[in-house]
Amino acid sequence: MNAAIRSSLPREVAPAGLDQPLPLPGSAAGTKARSGLAISVRSLEKNYGERQVLRGLSLDIARGSFVAIVGRSGCGKSTLLRLVAGLERADGGKLDVGTASCACEQRPDIRLMFQDARLLPWKSVIDNVRLGLPRSALPAARAALRDVGLEDRARDWPAALSGGQRQRVALARALVHRPQLLLLDEPLGALDALTRIEMHALIERLWREHGFTAVLVTHDVQEAVALADRVVVIEDGTIGLDQTVALPRPRARGSQAFAALEDRVLTQVLQQYADRPDAPASLEEQADALRLASVRWVI
Amino acid sequence: MSATASSNRSWQRFGSGILPWLLPLLILAGWEHSARSGLLSTRVLPEPWAVAKAAWHLVQTGELWSNLKVSAGRAFAGLAIGGGLGLLLGLLTGLFVPAQVALDSTLQMLRNIPPLAMIPLVILWFGIDEGAKLFLVALGVFFPLYLNTFHGIRTVDRNLIEMARSYGLSGWRLYRDVILPGALPSILVGLRFSLGLMWVLLIVAETISSSSGIGYMTMNAREFLQTDVVLVGILLYALLGKIADVAAKGLERVCLRWHPSYQ
Repeated sequence: MNAAIRSSLPREVAPAGLDQPLPLPGSAAGTKARSGLAISVRSLEKNYGERQVLRGLSLDIARGSFVAIVGRSGCGKSTLLRLVAGLERADGGKLDVGTASCACEQRPDIRLMFQDARLLPWKSVIDNVRLGLPRSALPAARAALRDVGLEDRARDWPAALSGGQRQRVALARALVHRPQLLLLDEPLGALDALTRIEMHALIERLWREHGFTAVLVTHDVQEAVALADRVVVIEDGTIGLDQTVALPRPRARGSQAFAALEDRVLTQVLQQYADRPDAPASLEEQADALRLASVRWVI
Repeated sequence: MSATASSNRSWQRFGSGILPWLLPLLILAGWEHSARSGLLSTRVLPEPWAVAKAAWHLVQTGELWSNLKVSAGRAFAGLAIGGGLGLLLGLLTGLFVPAQVALDSTLQMLRNIPPLAMIPLVILWFGIDEGAKLFLVALGVFFPLYLNTFHGIRTVDRNLIEMARSYGLSGWRLYRDVILPGALPSILVGLRFSLGLMWVLLIVAETISSSSGIGYMTMNAREFLQTDVVLVGILLYALLGKIADVAAKGLERVCLRWHPSYQ
């Protein structure tokens, strides 16, 4: 099974186009035409030693949509994202991204944003953005920095930036490659609440302008409902809930419909906890649940 | 109120500027006084003024420069050989696992031999020529650079490497843009250790036997009971060590200007 997946990798898709960043939007009207990569996951399995992280997970993500994947720590949501990004290989099942079976590293049309910004501290902000690209990509890198509102910090060292600014640089670094699929692995997990809301607006705007498919992994249900077209709850390596979010954008977090949806998703996430009271939840998770519950009551 | 605060601060700045020099100056004054009053025999310790005069005399005769040149040449040639090899092997074992498996345990074993314990063997192998001095210095500086290079490469943030790979960096570009800069702080620490050891080993090598260099100058002066010249030699070593350290720090400041501790 495993070998079959590996051998079916099309090699020719990997390095092509890596050295040729496409022009940024606004410069060409034609860029709107493209609308991201579709993802198709069929009974995907992944084990770490004895532990089965993904148990036959199936999921379809439409081109250009924004999907949030929610779940408790260790439910396998980050693993799913790393498999899609090609950072790890599946132990079974089928994973297609776009027209090609994925699980191949270095696809320039797929970009991953990590929880920590992972900027190279010894490169200036602008050089971080054009990482892996030739000198000729400098204008594109500058445009991407302008896109995230940090053009004036181009010459600074990453150490001089705040956490939110670093994540914005990481976002610009992903965007300069003109990805068709942007994977976000809890990119705002370490940021404070106000910076998060700013980042939500930024990510939503860039998603609309660039038209890529976005997959956001998060443990923050409110964040998921605020950003995504569709919220998928993963429980024990399979899908527990697949909720469409049909709220108009920009979304008002205080609205009743928003609160109802958030409540529905949160109930699903917490249900598993209620089902298995013996399962030890970490303090952080319990605090998270409490915080979210109280936020709901206040609203 | 604010005036007193600012004057307090300027006093503090003045104090922190002058305070470190106070003790050395006091010692110097006490030394001069006890030498002049006959409390301290010239054979034990000449007065500071006599040391200064001796230094000036050595400068005028050109003896100081020629010896200094010889010593510095030995030190840096030894550093280039030993340090270069250490860096090279450190890179090799850090980057390639087979090289690590083959070499590292042997090198870790050899590391535990103090270089000075090798002196009898070194004299047998190289005699008392330049070769012996170079070998001792090179041997001493090899290990700090080797260990720190190896350690630096091994402790480069795996997450950064994973990120760089996912952005299409591989091979030489991955080393140049991610692994080497990541290991550089550690490599420079190794260089500073090496510079310190370099002078220590040179002093020992030069005092065993030589016909030029600062070590020769001081040992020669000992024969003639010229304690002032001996002191000039000792102070020269201190000065050279300090210069090397300042140079290494400067190098760190240039190479690691991205590092938060240099901003």
